Amino acid sequence: MTVSQKLSPNPDPLLNVRITPELVNKHGILPEEYEKILGELGREPTLTELGIFSVMWSEHCSYKNSRPLLKQFPAEKYRTDPPYGKVLVKAGEENAGVIDIGEGWAICFKIESHNHPSAVEPFEGAATGVGGIIRDIFTMGARPVLLTNSLRFGDLGSKTVRHIFRGVVAGIAHYGNCMGIPTVGGDVYFDPSYEGNPLVNALCLGVLRHDQIKRGAASGVGNPVFYVGASTGRDGLGGASFASRELSEESQADRPAVQKGDPFMEKLLMEACIEMMAVPGLVVGIQDMGAAGLTCSSCETAARGNAGIEIELDRVPQRETGMNSYEIMLSESQERMLVIVQKGRETEVEEIFAKWDLHAEQVGEVTEGDRMVVKHRGVTVADIPAKLLTDEGPVYRRESSEPGYLKETRAWTADSLGDPAPEMLQDALGRLLAMPTIASKRWVYRQYDHMVMAGTVLAPGSDAAVVRLRLGDKEKYVAIANDCNGRYCYLNPYRGGIIAMVECMRNLACTGAVPLAMTDNLNFGNPYKPEVFYTMEESVRGLADACRAFDVPVVGGNVSLYNENRNGAVDPTPVVSVAGLIEDPAHITSQFCRNPGDRLVLLGGYPDELGGSAYLGICHGQKAGDAPGVDLDGEMTLHDFVRKQIREGRAGAAHDLAEGGFLVAVAEMLFGEEKLGAELLLKDVDPNARLDALFYGESQGRVILTVAHADSDRILADARAAGIPASAIGTVLAEPVMAVSCEGRTEKLRWSVNDLRDFWENAIPEAMRLPGIPS
Amino acid sequence: MKTAVIQFPGSNCDQDAFHAFATVPGLPARMVWHKDESLGDAELVVLPGGFSFGDYLRCGAIARFSPIMRAVTGFAENGGVVLGICNGFQVLCEAGLLPGALIRNECLEFRCTTVELRVEEAGPFFNREKLGERLMIPVAHGEGNYLIDGEGLDSLRKNGQILFRYAARGSAADRRLENPNGSVDNIAGIRNRRGNVFGMMPHPERAVESFHPSRDGIPVLKAVLEAAKSGAGVGV
Repeated sequence: MTVSQKLSPNPDPLLNVRITPELVNKHGILPEEYEKILGELGREPTLTELGIFSVMWSEHCSYKNSRPLLKQFPAEKYRTDPPYGKVLVKAGEENAGVIDIGEGWAICFKIESHNHPSAVEPFEGAATGVGGIIRDIFTMGARPVLLTNSLRFGDLGSKTVRHIFRGVVAGIAHYGNCMGIPTVGGDVYFDPSYEGNPLVNALCLGVLRHDQIKRGAASGVGNPVFYVGASTGRDGLGGASFASRELSEESQADRPAVQKGDPFMEKLLMEACIEMMAVPGLVVGIQDMGAAGLTCSSCETAARGNAGIEIELDRVPQRETGMNSYEIMLSESQERMLVIVQKGRETEVEEIFAKWDLHAEQVGEVTEGDRMVVKHRGVTVADIPAKLLTDEGPVYRRESSEPGYLKETRAWTADSLGDPAPEMLQDALGRLLAMPTIASKRWVYRQYDHMVMAGTVLAPGSDAAVVRLRLGDKEKYVAIANDCNGRYCYLNPYRGGIIAMVECMRNLACTGAVPLAMTDNLNFGNPYKPEVFYTMEESVRGLADACRAFDVPVVGGNVSLYNENRNGAVDPTPVVSVAGLIEDPAHITSQFCRNPGDRLVLLGGYPDELGGSAYLGICHGQKAGDAPGVDLDGEMTLHDFVRKQIREGRAGAAHDLAEGGFLVAVAEMLFGEEKLGAELLLKDVDPNARLDALFYGESQGRVILTVAHADSDRILADARAAGIPASAIGTVLAEPVMAVSCEGRTEKLRWSVNDLRDFWENAIPEAMRLPGIPS
Repeated sequence: MKTAVIQFPGSNCDQDAFHAFATVPGLPARMVWHKDESLGDAELVVLPGGFSFGDYLRCGAIARFSPIMRAVTGFAENGGVVLGICNGFQVLCEAGLLPGALIRNECLEFRCTTVELRVEEAGPFFNREKLGERLMIPVAHGEGNYLIDGEGLDSLRKNGQILFRYAARGSAADRRLENPNGSVDNIAGIRNRRGNVFGMMPHPERAVESFHPSRDGIPVLKAVLEAAKSGAGVGV
């Protein structure tokens, strides 16, 4: 360790203050972390440096409390069949992971959260979340082709929740629509646990050739460092630190920590960057300025490039006068990028950005050594080893203990409910379909341009979205689904993690896609609470076990902690998104029944569990029991079987059982354009089976197919031969009626599909209606 | 027939329009940057959808001052055929090449959905005989609420300038008007009086491939091409 010289006084006298323990604490830096800073620097840090450590060592940038857990995720694909799917850029290496899709092409995708900003400023918080994830993707050299999002809100009965929901959806729409990238899917859940702390996770996926992959590394001593895009203001100051603590009543006062987005600026920036990156050899490295802005982009590029970097703040384009070094380094103004350019080719970059009327200023250069040096008005205001801020930051294994409530919820049994009354069985379907979590999300996605780029094959509303990729003169199709039932993760974090991943996989199988890779967004409460940390540890273990079983690598993602409200942590919500590939458009399958007379086949057996079900919540007001059981081998066999039926042209529609269970799944299959019905006659039902568990239980590993009458016997036989329980459960009807009865039982239930559709279609629009404004 | 697709900063349906014209009728198309001052040898000009200049001030209000717009105006004045789709329609209204204005949707939200359009009798190429009675074409906009004063509306009607109206959709039992934006007289698309400048909010370029919600955009694109081929603007 070398003892560095004390830095000269900062040109802004306000920054020349003694670093007191209070100041350290205010920056969210622990006493032992401050000791580490003193030791490594060999002197007291300046206030600017303290600010830099504060954002870089925040959970948001450093993953200090989650990194050891994330190591469990498989980073690569091991099987060589199918031939595509190799991970070209692994998780943590760059801004986003890259996966081969064959013939020299690749996809690049990632999900990221913007929860806290969306809680205090829903519109801008959500909008800039979309902007940030788009930059992560085009930074890699990819052309973004789709967006999805996973959203969690409190109960829609609350005016505040409705305000947040409306603002978040409008913010996502505002940014994505203006960018001209279709928002094709996602998921939305409503649960009181998210009240006051919504979850807003945005995903972007892009496409690129292998030779177009760009790295966020500063290499080549003497290469100029360019700042491109929007100018720097005082907005979003310390946003990364803000995201790394609990929200409180005072959080509204943190609104300056929320950035203001300008999608028009980002559209120009994206086009200019893609144009620049297409010029061979021009760009050495590129990274967006997201969380921790200029600070993060400069120290991360230097650390990755095993080099030093020197930045002169006087050259940074500024939209406000009198900004000091602390403010410039910590600003999270949006729509900015850092580009390391091949020396001697500066004018080529300047010309491209001039065409798009954007700033492109040389602000520094790659230097020898390993330090990030920042100068302002002729004075060195920060001088820190770059890797100390990134790879060598603190890492903790937090204390973990099983939450006390689990004993109680696990002790629950369905017997406590008594026998379900026939009226309850009858009414439950409409009530479930009208639950905002299950109801149609058309109110949401009609605000998103989900058709721009003219490549959307399966629009929002089916199990997975599918988008056509133009790859030179070839075409392939990418499928994407987002999933995570926080209720399951609350009741059984390990199994909840597995189910999140497995449900996503099932959705892809039902669409006809072969899975490629996963990205995840871990949303949890305060990791310093052992019971919260336990839920994260267990959920991650579940996700990792499922990924290994399916040989699906995790190529990146995001961790969002401190998601709490006054009642405690949000339900553990490890959001999962898996991307899949479809090579033949004939294999793209939706969940909607098309032909009257088709047989309905249930694969996986009748559901028989009620724990954690939406039915238990809506009809009995309980969040209890264990999460449904899950059998990884059985799931794999089922998914392969479903894909085989689709590829061989036997499955007209395919839909998995999820929230709401069996009858909700059947009803959802009838909500297509054709307005059909279904007559179900369930045979071989266990005479002691609870009908509420059969109809509305959420047992995993179930898929319903529609098949031509002539094919059904063969499919049943093939499924059973593969070890999959299979039953012919009924027929698609031309008239919009849904009826169900069980052989040997007297109960006979019957609904008008138009009534059911009304429940399902109107629930959210009615809750969100504004007086005097047509919907 | 050489098609020029104008790219403004913020255009985002430019590639879709390019592909639709270049691959469906298979005709040469090229992009023209908004800072260019000439359309070169273009025989048809398309102003695509998007958010030119971020829709700041008003949709299309800044784009109309782009250098290329002088050339587009001259082209239209000489009878050249111009099609504006969505934001392109907004630009044409702001530029005074089409009458009326497009304001915020009545629902105050962006709307992306496939709508049914009723084809009106609006000239030799835009009529029921050429296009069929009804078309299913996607819309995606926040400001598609067409507005014009009473006199202007009378004039549009009298001169057969209304290309499309939003139509009722669904079965006879459940028939609702599907006007997504509250436009006056359910107007979805218009032409100028001379018959060589066309503007529409729906996106025909999103209804040309087998997996699109329909392929009803193809006859619309063909109608524009035919108008251009026949020198529609000359002496109509």
